[in-house]
Amino acid sequence: MNLWQFLLAHRAEVFQLSLEHLFLVAVSTGIAILIGVPLGIALTRRPGLGKPILGFANIMQTVPSLALFGFLIPLNIYLFNVRIIGGIGARTAIAALALYALLPIIRNTFTGINGVDPAIREAGRGLGMTDRQLLLQVEVPLALGVIVAGIRVATVIAVGTATIAAAIDAGGLGRYIFRGLRMNDNTLILAGAVPAALLALAADFLLGAVEHRFGRGARRFNRRHAFAALGVIAAAVVVIAAVTLHSGAARRIAIGSKDFTEQIILGEIVAQTIESRTGLPVERRFDLGGNLAHDALVAGEIDAYVEYTGTALTAILKLPPLSDAREVYRRAKAEYAARFHVEWLEPLGFNNTFAILVRGDDAKKLRLKTISDIARYAAKWRAGFGQDFISRPDGYEGFVRAYRLKFAEVREMDLSLTYRALATGQVDIIAGNSTDGLIAQLGLVQLEDDRHYFPPYDAVPVAREDTLGRHPEIRAALAALANAISVEEMRRMNLAVDGERRAAREVAEEFLRRKKLAGG
Amino acid sequence: MNGVSTAIEFQRAGFRLPDGRALLAALDLTVARGETLVLLGRSGSGKTTTLKLVNRLLDPTDGRVLVEDRPTTEWDPIRLRRRIGYVIQEIGLFPHFTIEENVAVVPRLEGWNSERTQKRVRELLDLVGLDPARFAGRYPRELSGGQRQRVGVARALAADPPIMLLDEPFGALDPITRREIQEEFRSLQRRLGKTMVFVTHDVGEAFLLASRIALLKDGRIVLLGRPRDFLASRDPEVVAFVSCLRGAEEVAAAP
Repeated sequence: MNLWQFLLAHRAEVFQLSLEHLFLVAVSTGIAILIGVPLGIALTRRPGLGKPILGFANIMQTVPSLALFGFLIPLNIYLFNVRIIGGIGARTAIAALALYALLPIIRNTFTGINGVDPAIREAGRGLGMTDRQLLLQVEVPLALGVIVAGIRVATVIAVGTATIAAAIDAGGLGRYIFRGLRMNDNTLILAGAVPAALLALAADFLLGAVEHRFGRGARRFNRRHAFAALGVIAAAVVVIAAVTLHSGAARRIAIGSKDFTEQIILGEIVAQTIESRTGLPVERRFDLGGNLAHDALVAGEIDAYVEYTGTALTAILKLPPLSDAREVYRRAKAEYAARFHVEWLEPLGFNNTFAILVRGDDAKKLRLKTISDIARYAAKWRAGFGQDFISRPDGYEGFVRAYRLKFAEVREMDLSLTYRALATGQVDIIAGNSTDGLIAQLGLVQLEDDRHYFPPYDAVPVAREDTLGRHPEIRAALAALANAISVEEMRRMNLAVDGERRAAREVAEEFLRRKKLAGG
Repeated sequence: MNGVSTAIEFQRAGFRLPDGRALLAALDLTVARGETLVLLGRSGSGKTTTLKLVNRLLDPTDGRVLVEDRPTTEWDPIRLRRRIGYVIQEIGLFPHFTIEENVAVVPRLEGWNSERTQKRVRELLDLVGLDPARFAGRYPRELSGGQRQRVGVARALAADPPIMLLDEPFGALDPITRREIQEEFRSLQRRLGKTMVFVTHDVGEAFLLASRIALLKDGRIVLLGRPRDFLASRDPEVVAFVSCLRGAEEVAAAP
């Protein structure tokens, strides 16, 4: 399917995602204007504030967005009993986007007002204008072109950055981009990227026209106009924010997932099992990037998701890796209860460990079966590893040490891109996931971990203790999933979604029906 | 102003910068009601500083300045400035306001109704020789330098302030326009009878407009007197200025 066909076929969804995207941009930029313009004005009045405030805004611009999200999610900042920062979803995305938008707005307000001809300022003072009159009737109107230019830059940046908001379930066109990356689907990536680029161009053009209009200073910009404009922006921000912040207020059971296909299928399986066996309303908060699902669970933003024992042990608990599966589960269960008040339920039955993968023809030609077999080729090979594998204590470093490997080159890239890089010969070896549907589809071969380096990664639902206390029926419902999913079944379901482009919801439904797990 | 014959009085007024450099030292000077005092001097002699002490754009660091018998530091600066018209060389018209809106700034700040404001604006534009019908709706950038300067004067006169401060108002004009506008200004001055303090470095302009001239040098008064007192003085700074005037006359008188 080409991009045009896809956009046409999914126009309602594209429209919806574009609206979500615009919403994120509009509210965050609106907030940045409400904070940034007054701050910029304050700087012209108290130049001593310049260094700390511009320094702060500068630093904010350089913080990577996922890091910023990770920092904001556990926060609990309330304003009039409404949580304004913290948790997953639009709220936190908006806070992050607003922080990114601050710098150009503060800076342009400051330089715009300082750039007003001193003679004009002196004339205003000499005529007996108060500082406020001078500001609102002369300086701000004359600086308005420059201020709007700053807002324009901020808006265009926000349109781009908002694509990352999909990592914390805030919606927008980033959903297509993330899904496309996950599924190795260029069309899907473009379906997110092209409309986002068009939005950026449109915003740039529109605000450019506004900027031009004010290039010579806004006529008749009196105090009433200024307050009216600020009032309209503030009211819009408050109304829109209130609508989103309250949309999730009704207490449902929230099921989360990380941001890859298997997790979304498992999220669906867990969600549908709870729905059909308990009748409780379930809210899906899928697609959470990095370890944000864990942060969200601990923060109470979600009630349950599926975690992997090895990930919990090393990436979250920061404990040394262990090779015994039962021991890993036991440790994780005990630590989570003590540290997070989170309960580990029954394992689902499959192990999603790192799979060291090579191309099928290489495996055949070189007779590769185990990881030890590659020792003599590694020095000529280029490896492609995801950021996760590179950085984890049970990942790259221990792996090359355990097998005494040294690659010609190690490329760090997004996990979803490594499969394609391997299949197209850009790299020769990758670390994928053992349950990945692409392994079969691309004809890749998994090498056996003959030295048992990789710790077990058994998939297990984890849930908040307080939720289970309120709804013990959830524990009973999920017990039905104990040992219900084999690694082959998981691979097949992944392939159905990634390879055959079927909806995760539908694949999960079919699985539960076939295994006679769907209750009710 | 009732019954007061002194509009402005400098009492050993001085102004020094934060770094200690004195721009003005122990100035004693009285400006009578209805008088036009011209502050003459080279660049950096302290003329503009003297002017800014009157409308509190600066506060004296030594001595004091009285406006209508009250020290400026006791005046609310906003009230004080609205009683004092102010015209500067760069004019400082607001580029985003029309001519009408520029002239109407102070009336609007003072809360006049629009009818009264409009009437006053028309009156003033007539007074400074600009046809209201042609000019009221234009923007400053659409006017020539001379026209803009007239608008600057009209704006300063808008709320009928008893005192006017003018800082080289005609300095940026070409000589011919300048001569015309000086003549017009002189007749305006006679009709209005305002107290004026006028800064210039043009000795011809000083002689044309002044009731009295104060010649400043390095922040001190060299000579204070009527124009004819200047012609009689032997002070080298006075002689230097007066010779500029003579030079022009001699060239004009030469065959």
